[in-house]
Amino acid sequence: MAKFAADDASVVVIIGSGAGGGTLANELCQQGIDVVLLEAGQRQSSAAFINDEWDSFAQLAWLDKRTTSGSWRIAKDFPNLPAWICKTVGGTTTHWAGASLRFHDWEFRARSTYGEIKGANLLDWPVTLAELEPYYARAEDKMGVTRTNGIPGLPGNNNFKVFYNGAIKAGYGQCHTGRMAINSRPRAGRNSCLQLGFCFQGCKSGAKWSTLYTEIPAAEATDHLELRTGAHVSRIEHDARGRASGVVYFDASGVEQRQKARVVCVAGNSIETPRLLLLSASGKFPDGLANSSGQVGRNYMRHMTGSVYAVFDQPVHFYRGTVMAGAILDEARNDPGRGFVGGYEMETLSLGLPFMGAFLEPGGWGPDFARMMSLYTHTAGMWLVGEDMPQESNRVTLNTAVKDQWGLPVPNVHFDDHPNDLAMREHAYRAGTRVYEAVGAVGVHRTPPYPSTHNLGTCRMSAKAEDGVCDAHGRTHDVPNLFISDGSQFTSGGAENPTLTIVSLAIRQAEYIGAQMAARAL
Amino acid sequence: MLHAYLSRRQFLLHSGSAVAGVAVLGSAPAFLLPGPAWAGELKTLAQPVATTLLQMCRAIFPHAELDDVHYAPWVQGLDAEAAADPAVASLLGDGVRTLDAARGKPFVDLEMSTQLEVLRGIESSAFFQKVRGKGVVALYGNKAVWARLGYEGASWDKGGYLHRGFNDLDWLPDPPEEASPKPA
Repeated sequence: MAKFAADDASVVVIIGSGAGGGTLANELCQQGIDVVLLEAGQRQSSAAFINDEWDSFAQLAWLDKRTTSGSWRIAKDFPNLPAWICKTVGGTTTHWAGASLRFHDWEFRARSTYGEIKGANLLDWPVTLAELEPYYARAEDKMGVTRTNGIPGLPGNNNFKVFYNGAIKAGYGQCHTGRMAINSRPRAGRNSCLQLGFCFQGCKSGAKWSTLYTEIPAAEATDHLELRTGAHVSRIEHDARGRASGVVYFDASGVEQRQKARVVCVAGNSIETPRLLLLSASGKFPDGLANSSGQVGRNYMRHMTGSVYAVFDQPVHFYRGTVMAGAILDEARNDPGRGFVGGYEMETLSLGLPFMGAFLEPGGWGPDFARMMSLYTHTAGMWLVGEDMPQESNRVTLNTAVKDQWGLPVPNVHFDDHPNDLAMREHAYRAGTRVYEAVGAVGVHRTPPYPSTHNLGTCRMSAKAEDGVCDAHGRTHDVPNLFISDGSQFTSGGAENPTLTIVSLAIRQAEYIGAQMAARAL
Repeated sequence: MLHAYLSRRQFLLHSGSAVAGVAVLGSAPAFLLPGPAWAGELKTLAQPVATTLLQMCRAIFPHAELDDVHYAPWVQGLDAEAAADPAVASLLGDGVRTLDAARGKPFVDLEMSTQLEVLRGIESSAFFQKVRGKGVVALYGNKAVWARLGYEGASWDKGGYLHRGFNDLDWLPDPPEEASPKPA
């Protein structure tokens, strides 16, 4: 691994090593560009991952204090855990389920397609599907997405068998084991899936793509990467011209360090990324860095989600095998006749018994709750995931009344569902119920959204500087050598699990940064 | 909809098709036994308080297929917290007194249905929330409970489920290969 001096102002500094930051780091290093990658968490490995939900949660999850407000149920049930994301090398690619669907063409044109929706701050992306397609193709190849590049789909598990039979009986036509960044065959030095059932806990077989054991080691092998773990960035600094000059961070021993930079890329996921820009307010940028639009932290999206768990006479053992290898795609279309704009997917999902206890019905207790838990082995489950509306008032702000372990204001996440989100969730709950009742479910439970795994939109892309934070390449409108490199860039959420799009954008951004540096424009 | 579960549960118990009937009672912690041994297992809570809490825990997540020994770590967890924090100790002590005062006789002597009524009356209290909150992890994170409810836990050390039943469901037709290819 390379080593760069703190005053080396020629390096690109990337904050965060997940889907966006980890991919960007590798793509830059492959071009011979020197990168300092700062990761707040520690480095784990497949060998170190734990097949136990609570122990794994303690190992991987981002547990720094956060606060919540708004009418979303999370603020009541999990007031200090708005998001279920990770603080570890590889970021949330250690935890993600692997679902890798491309956005539809119209999802990049949300404002034009949906028209004006009251209370929604909709905008078209400054990038189109056609522009992104070559990068999607590269991302799918890099990640080894099933049903692309000649890679067979994963074999369906028990939960999928129930899901598939229900889907067909309910009249759906597009149901299969998904496009998953999980090897169905050994590929790219990684094993094939052993059907462990612990995708969310870090894949111990290494079959699931994670930057931890793909992009980052590949970048290290170039000798252009220095990865610093336990490095919590507290501020991005700028020079008199208003260009990013470096970052300040607390190192693994809690000592404040300063790293100079030629370019700074922020990929801390959609809560920490805007928080860091807001924490970097200065005399020149009093409202936070790159925030002349006032949009930093706003338009926080988390996808319309929910789960349907169904109980059957016969055993299912749904926790066995790949957690999310199953998708019904029929509802992922824009048909306002359903009573809402945008679409959603249904995807298989299982939780272990410990997390069923925590998430099936937060706050639940008594005989009804215990009965559902007793029927665990006879349960099938699905996740509902669809496009939610960006709203200016759904936002990440600094809570100056509460400080984290570094004495920094914690992020507050405010969220209210939009009426469109509520209408879609109701439709999706009914659709999921229909699927399971078609194969004889004897009981169906609607589980509310979990702490957010898809956090999006808080530093969104826009064609015009007044409408958003960054341009079509993630370059901030206000600070020319500052980039947003994670899901915070999303102008709208689409219906699809976001990781594939984040990775595609990172590949494209790396190409752009490389070209700009070569042209001495950065 | 939830009422459907009741009849289903009874069906499962009587048909013997659920794992619920499997007896794997481990050795009971001494504190579950009557007599002075109880005190030795508790850090700070008085025995009657612990006994009442145990009954409260059973009513919060009532599982006929679980024994007191499965609920005991939950009470032990509360006891440990009380030992570390006097505020928790008094929260639990006061809470148990409230339970015992609710119907004019000790909580543990009430029918389960009456116990549930009493608990519904205090479910928003800090006392109830403390006890319930602890139970989510203490009960459903307990490996002995997993065994009773049929959750198999870690799979990596057994090679996953690839050759151990990930697709052994036989009461529905297998999906076609284009939807669900055969394993490699």
